[in-house]
Amino acid sequence: MAENDVVLRFEGASKRFPGVLALSDVAFDVRRGSVHALVGENGAGKSTLIKILTGVHRQSSGRVLYNGADLNFNNPHEALLAGITAIYQELNLVPTLTVAENVFLGHPPKASAGTVDWRAMRVMAGDLLKFLEVDIDPGALVRTLGVARKQVVEIAKALSMDARVIIMDEPTAAIPKKEIDTLFRIIRTLRERGVTIIYISHHLDEVFTIADAVTVLRDGRVVDTMPTAELDEAELIRLMVGRELTEQYPYHPAKPGAEALRVEGLARKGVLKNISFSLRAGEVVGVSGMVGSGRTELLRAIYGVDPVSSGSVYVGGAARRFAAPRDAIEAGIALLPEERKTGGLVLLLSVMDNIGLPSLKKLSTRGVMRDKDLTRTSERMRDLMNIKTPSLKQRVMNLSGGNQQKVVLGKWFARDPKVYLFDEPTRGIDVGAKVEIYNLMNRLKEEGAAILMVSSELPEILGMSDRVLVMREGEIAGELGRGELSQERVLKLAIGGESIGRKTAVD
Amino acid sequence: MSAERMENGGGGVLKTFVWFWNKAGILVVFLLVCAILAVMTGGLFLRPENILNIVRQVSIHGVVAVGMTMVILFGLIDLSVGSIIAFSGILAAALQVKWMKGQNELWMFAVAVFVALAAGAAVGFFNGFVSTKAKIHPFIITLGTMSIFRGVTLLIGNARPITGMTPLFRRIGADEIKWDWLPFVIPYPVIIFLVCVAIAHFVLRKTSFGRSIYAIGGNPEAAYLSGIMVDRVKILTYTILGVLSSVSGLILTSRLNSGQMTAGQGYEMDIITGVVIGGTSMLGGEGSVLGTLLGVLLIGVIQNGMNLMGVQPYWQTIVKGGIIILAVLMDRLKRAFQTD
Repeated sequence: MAENDVVLRFEGASKRFPGVLALSDVAFDVRRGSVHALVGENGAGKSTLIKILTGVHRQSSGRVLYNGADLNFNNPHEALLAGITAIYQELNLVPTLTVAENVFLGHPPKASAGTVDWRAMRVMAGDLLKFLEVDIDPGALVRTLGVARKQVVEIAKALSMDARVIIMDEPTAAIPKKEIDTLFRIIRTLRERGVTIIYISHHLDEVFTIADAVTVLRDGRVVDTMPTAELDEAELIRLMVGRELTEQYPYHPAKPGAEALRVEGLARKGVLKNISFSLRAGEVVGVSGMVGSGRTELLRAIYGVDPVSSGSVYVGGAARRFAAPRDAIEAGIALLPEERKTGGLVLLLSVMDNIGLPSLKKLSTRGVMRDKDLTRTSERMRDLMNIKTPSLKQRVMNLSGGNQQKVVLGKWFARDPKVYLFDEPTRGIDVGAKVEIYNLMNRLKEEGAAILMVSSELPEILGMSDRVLVMREGEIAGELGRGELSQERVLKLAIGGESIGRKTAVD
Repeated sequence: MSAERMENGGGGVLKTFVWFWNKAGILVVFLLVCAILAVMTGGLFLRPENILNIVRQVSIHGVVAVGMTMVILFGLIDLSVGSIIAFSGILAAALQVKWMKGQNELWMFAVAVFVALAAGAAVGFFNGFVSTKAKIHPFIITLGTMSIFRGVTLLIGNARPITGMTPLFRRIGADEIKWDWLPFVIPYPVIIFLVCVAIAHFVLRKTSFGRSIYAIGGNPEAAYLSGIMVDRVKILTYTILGVLSSVSGLILTSRLNSGQMTAGQGYEMDIITGVVIGGTSMLGGEGSVLGTLLGVLLIGVIQNGMNLMGVQPYWQTIVKGGIIILAVLMDRLKRAFQTD
């Protein structure tokens, strides 16, 4: 590849966050005027890579070259000026302004008096849209447009800034299937004009349809960069997951007891479709799936946070209807939410107060707290969970991530629930604390609790689950027993392995 | 870049100051202000009748400030308290002077007090119910009820004050406890205020309801996911604040011997200032009623001092406005330094 052909080059780029190596020694080239796909599991390092390109982060070591010169952005604005734009799933448009105003937001064409030249703005926006071959009125309000058209407006906006590299993060996630062809047509038009597209998607069929080359990331490292023509789907999946399990998981086989939780035909419009499964006492059932497949939403629906449109939940064989989390808690369910800082803990309150939170009723007599009982319960949880804190009166915000998570576990454990809903139970905590949490899960299992565990970390799912439910687009795409578990099988179900190449368009 | 450096450089002194303010700031400032006023007024400030005057005045604000503390602990606000004071006051006055004229005094007293408290509870409930269920910020809802019940007061009183309360009713604001062994008297309003403080302190510290308030203020999402019925707790708290506003309205009406159209107007300002100065965070989750006790006392003392020194009322308004901005600023600084 001639030097001149390379628009972006990574040379041993690494990015370290406190306690995490998000990117490690990344090296690959992106050819000018190509569509270059980035694939990898959740947390493989794709977002960090984008953030470096768009000036949000800077690599800790190594080099990133853009047109042969070091990339040196202090903020996202400088990246925009240099011609690198990212289009995210959550579009950055102002819904109450017109299409033309959005396209030229921040850099409107000026008339000689220094005022905004509205006529020119409209004409120029119209030209850009015409170039993209879409029929959008530049004077229309953005909020009247559908998601697919909003995305086109974003692309026009990027072009108005003379973007040379456009990063598209899961561009097809939110748009209807029939609009995907339009998007691909636009991408091809851009490519002809010499614009480079960095295309991120977990739909592998799309990658094969539109991308010229693909870089596979795994655990912050580049596994390989290859022309898509030299790959097939099976090979790509193998590259994405093909890693040795480096961590040892303290898995204890289940001794499943009676049915603890059963879900039948659970649905929530646009989010969950016909979910049915059951969970027995003493087993851990993993829930896997890509981001946005409805994993967290499933837990929230069971727990009574979000309303459901149909379906039923049975706890211990009895049909239950939860109008609020309090009802689910009373029925013996506990939720360890995805974000412990926003959903799990009141950071301003002490360890003790947080542990007591779900048990206020239990720990009070006619509304008056029995302080001694609260102290005793908290001490018991501190010892059981091995929470490292100078005092039970310490504010939770001063604890480490692992200890915070143990406080969340402790506050539920104190209630002795029958069913635990775990959402990313080990996210953002160090290895030592992770193992402690796995051991606690085993203990819960032995004591006859049932655990439904959502996790983005495939090794964790494989390592700790007795069974795995794989979700895709709000549905359960399949169930795998411990004996049939493998990273390939889970990932295949999660990204639609069976239906891969849903009409793989031939170029 | 430069802002970062500034924060780091100036952080030392500022941080120490904020830390000090957190620990003992309000008490020290309170004593300091008292000492300064004592000197500047040539001892006038410290005379028993003046102090009695201050605490009586402060009690009327203070009763409401106790309830306001709970609402601000959510990170929310209630602007309608001044209008509830007037509304409940005019109801009590109209009952005695117009609607129940000539009936048994004790019966009249009971009905007047009950109706006033019930009216306050109803307005408070409305504030809480509509803001939680319709998910509208209470700032807007209470701005609305503030105007509505000022108007209702004008309607009931026909825009004229209603004067001439029964002797029994007048005792609420005018009477006091006199014990021989006590070197000073304690006015009833002060007793009512202190009882409210004591009960609220107990409720916030020792009851599940109180723990729920702190939890919701700190993180409503986590509180809800932990099984706390967030809306119910908020509605109940607004109702309590409504009742306490009525209590204040009864005291004021009794003291003035009159249901006034403008009663309680602008009180929300002094009350909120007192609560915030007392260390309750406008962002919710942190604060105490004991802090509020000191906060409203400080406001009362400053106001009284300015009166004694003959400061023009215009200036007094300006000073009070400055104080609230300063108090909120301190609160933000406190939070900023807390996160690290």
